[in-house]
Amino acid sequence: MPLMNLRMTAFEDLIDLGGVEELRGITSTPDVLTIGAMTRQRDVERSDQARDAAPILVEALSHVGHFQTRNRGTLGGSLAHLDPTAELVGVASVLDAELHVTSANGSRTIAFRDFPQMSFVGDLEPEELLVSVDFPRWSASHGRAFEEYAPRHGDFAIVAAAALVELDGDRLSRIALSLMGMTEIGARVTGLEQAWAGEVPTDELFNTVTDHLQEFTASPDIHGPSEYRKHLAGVLAERALRRACNDARSHADA
Amino acid sequence: MHDERSINVTVNGEPHELTTPVRSTLADLLRQRLRLTGTHLGCEHGVCGACTVLVDGDAVRSCLMLAVQVDGAEVTTVEGLADDDGTMHPVQQAFMDNHALQCGFCTPGLLTSVADFLEDNPDPTREEATEAVSGNICRCTGYAGIVDATLQAAERLRTGGSR
Repeated sequence: MPLMNLRMTAFEDLIDLGGVEELRGITSTPDVLTIGAMTRQRDVERSDQARDAAPILVEALSHVGHFQTRNRGTLGGSLAHLDPTAELVGVASVLDAELHVTSANGSRTIAFRDFPQMSFVGDLEPEELLVSVDFPRWSASHGRAFEEYAPRHGDFAIVAAAALVELDGDRLSRIALSLMGMTEIGARVTGLEQAWAGEVPTDELFNTVTDHLQEFTASPDIHGPSEYRKHLAGVLAERALRRACNDARSHADA
Repeated sequence: MHDERSINVTVNGEPHELTTPVRSTLADLLRQRLRLTGTHLGCEHGVCGACTVLVDGDAVRSCLMLAVQVDGAEVTTVEGLADDDGTMHPVQQAFMDNHALQCGFCTPGLLTSVADFLEDNPDPTREEATEAVSGNICRCTGYAGIVDATLQAAERLRTGGSR
């Protein structure tokens, strides 16, 4: 709608999916949280199932616009629109979401890492429809944190970081970290994820966060030069990882 | 020629059966067609909140909905908050009592937003109320009066207001 209001796009035909009940809904199994593409963001935000299965998704939603926009905005709409600074894009990336897409010619499933082609363009053919999204679940004791900097609460991120960790005793057994606002959409910091596996999260380890961010670029824009975003990425990634580790420890202690 | 569609919509308790161009936004339907100009257009892309109305009780940006999407729905605008006898909604009264408006341009969107917020959050903290109004841009007041009004309206609604 904003694109139409700003006359940046126009259509011959526009189809409102609001009446298609099958595209709405939240279900979960022990392994996967499944959310229909037309599920309103506020329904995900308020869902006990979503909070239990993928708490980082619910945490990220508190940064998505404002309650008035979340009353209408949908999970699928945000992912299909693929703004590189969108919180849900970063969450889909960090959770390795799978997108279920259908058309008159059949259905297919797209791993989120394969979905972005460029900003605002995902791997969706013109006749295809995003139907639902699967979010694989992490262990019940996993730690998570979503950190964002935006000029005003609710704005799209300048930079945001989403971190998930699992601890085996003292050591990190699993890590996932995604960045929003960098050139690469939903950038996963796989270098860090691999290097930190098996490590104990000490201050010394956290000092190495920025080492793994060197390969990520950012575009300069009205908010600042590339170095600003890259600096923010380092700050927010470290904060997210620290808080996720503390979160994991709190579940272990509980 | 523009495509048109016939819709049924209840606005501030009054049912309407009307024909609207499919390209009209809800905001345009309310303002131009129904002459309910309390709902304001500030940015027309969902950020400023001046266009906020209630659709089936939920605060939404009327600039981001098409008129045809409220077929079968109940819409409440700022004009519909007060009682028929003119008694102000507790949120409106609290805004007046706390100097929560100056030019008034953002005010309709804030009133509907706060009314919805307090339905779901009847006892907010100051921090929660501050976040709740952050989806409406106010250039005049600096928000202090707006947050005070939100908290006072919450208290009045809890202790005796009927809404």
